[in-house]
Amino acid sequence: MTVFLQELRRNRLALLIWSGAIAVMLVITIVIFPEMKPQMSEMEDMLANMGSLSDAFGMSNMSFARFTDYFATECGNVLGLGGAIFAAILGVGMLGKEEREHTAEFLYTHPLSRTRIVLEKLLALVAQVVILNAVVAGASMIATAAIGEEVDWGVMVLMFVAYLLLELEIAFLCFCVSAFLKNGMGAGLGIAIGMYFLNILANLTEDAKPLKYLTPFAFAEGSYIIENHALKAEYLAVGAGLSVIAVAAAFLRYHKKDL
Amino acid sequence: MKAIQTNQLTKYYGKHRGIEHIDLSVEEGDFFGFIGPNGAGKSTTIRTLLGLLTPTSGSAAIFGKDIVGDKLAILSDVGYLPSEAVFYNGMRVKDLLAYSAKLRKKDCRQEAASLCERLSLDTNRRIGELSLGNRKKVGIVLALQHKPRLYILDEPTGGLDPLMQQEFYQILRERNEEGATVFLSSHILSEVSRYCRHAAVIRSGELLVSDSIENLGHTGVKRVSLQGVSAVPDIPHISSTSFSDGCARFLYSGDQTELIRALAGLSFTDISITDPDFEEVFLHYYTKEGQ
Repeated sequence: MTVFLQELRRNRLALLIWSGAIAVMLVITIVIFPEMKPQMSEMEDMLANMGSLSDAFGMSNMSFARFTDYFATECGNVLGLGGAIFAAILGVGMLGKEEREHTAEFLYTHPLSRTRIVLEKLLALVAQVVILNAVVAGASMIATAAIGEEVDWGVMVLMFVAYLLLELEIAFLCFCVSAFLKNGMGAGLGIAIGMYFLNILANLTEDAKPLKYLTPFAFAEGSYIIENHALKAEYLAVGAGLSVIAVAAAFLRYHKKDL
Repeated sequence: MKAIQTNQLTKYYGKHRGIEHIDLSVEEGDFFGFIGPNGAGKSTTIRTLLGLLTPTSGSAAIFGKDIVGDKLAILSDVGYLPSEAVFYNGMRVKDLLAYSAKLRKKDCRQEAASLCERLSLDTNRRIGELSLGNRKKVGIVLALQHKPRLYILDEPTGGLDPLMQQEFYQILRERNEEGATVFLSSHILSEVSRYCRHAAVIRSGELLVSDSIENLGHTGVKRVSLQGVSAVPDIPHISSTSFSDGCARFLYSGDQTELIRALAGLSFTDISITDPDFEEVFLHYYTKEGQ
């Protein structure tokens, strides 16, 4: 596991900064809720008049005066998008960066098979996404317990699971990009942000609804989770399928690639 | 046993030629120079041998093991120095050396310490702060610290000062005397003629010649200089001509009795016919078929 540990060591500062930044933002969002609550009913009236815009952000049928609903929406924007961008940046550099910076020549002339190196790098990617989510979920839950609002813990756990899966899918897609492109940063950010807007677009009109199958932001949408106490299985299945294809493509590509 | 044996080894990058039909043979225990101008295919050959590139056709074996099928066994036996010594900039030298040793599952601390001492390399520095020459030294220690059976060194001395070059070749000689094989690519002919026992010349992706340094030097080519003539004489098979102050100089690669016959008809005040030095011979190989 030498390569795995080296990857974690090399990226520990970035991981610390990202986890810290997202955790602090979420904790602030949580801590201000008791003060925001009185204003929330006014906001609800406003949102009711915005029609499709609140649909777009998955905010219809939500009551912001309830903590769980408030958190599901805010959390979606902060952890969902922030975590997805972290996963994209990390994933897209995993293989391609070594080629771009010519360190591939060092690593791949050691007696380790390419499959082994790619696998250890993939595990390092998964581990870092999991660590970020564990830190953020832990901090959020402590803050939630501290403000003493009524909360549905089952829904909260489900949402953190959904965001973790969302970020992993983005990470896997970007890992695949990384096996093909030396510098995939643009493509990686494009995937993360593109998927986010794809979900908004799919919420806007009934015609665009099938697009929800493509984006992992669909199964992480708070309103569905609160209503059903579950993630939507169809969306999850498509996401899992895309992830498997992306990872398999990365391994196949790297098996024979000229470095 | 052959340390390196290639059989019609060919590598194309898409439609671009890398190397074509290379038949190279290096005996175990040899000190072998691989010579050619920039872009001739030296690095392509080396990177293919190490499994970084997949051959387009042909095959190759290192210590009898196939470079595609037995890659891992080969890589354990090889120490490789890339021509561009680039490593993880944020790492300290000692951490990088330890990382490499760990990837090889070997304890190389003692050997690494002795090599760093001899090359005066400060292991507490970060890679990113090092000069080109010092980065090269890091590469050398990485290639040597695990005491492999075969050293594959791609333009090893670029960036090293003359004293360090000498120390580096001294270390290589010691390793060679202990039985290891050294295979180095270079375009610096003097260092190849000084240290190597055999050499091969590659140009435009093709292997031109492979022989002992002695035989390569005796190609039948003669350097001729004539004093007291008015121009370079018109004789077939001459090249590298120059003329100044009544002195004509050229290389002659034809039949030697023909040369004497042709010279007999000229008037000159002084003549010398010598063997060209090693560099001239190789420049001759470099340019011969390109003309």
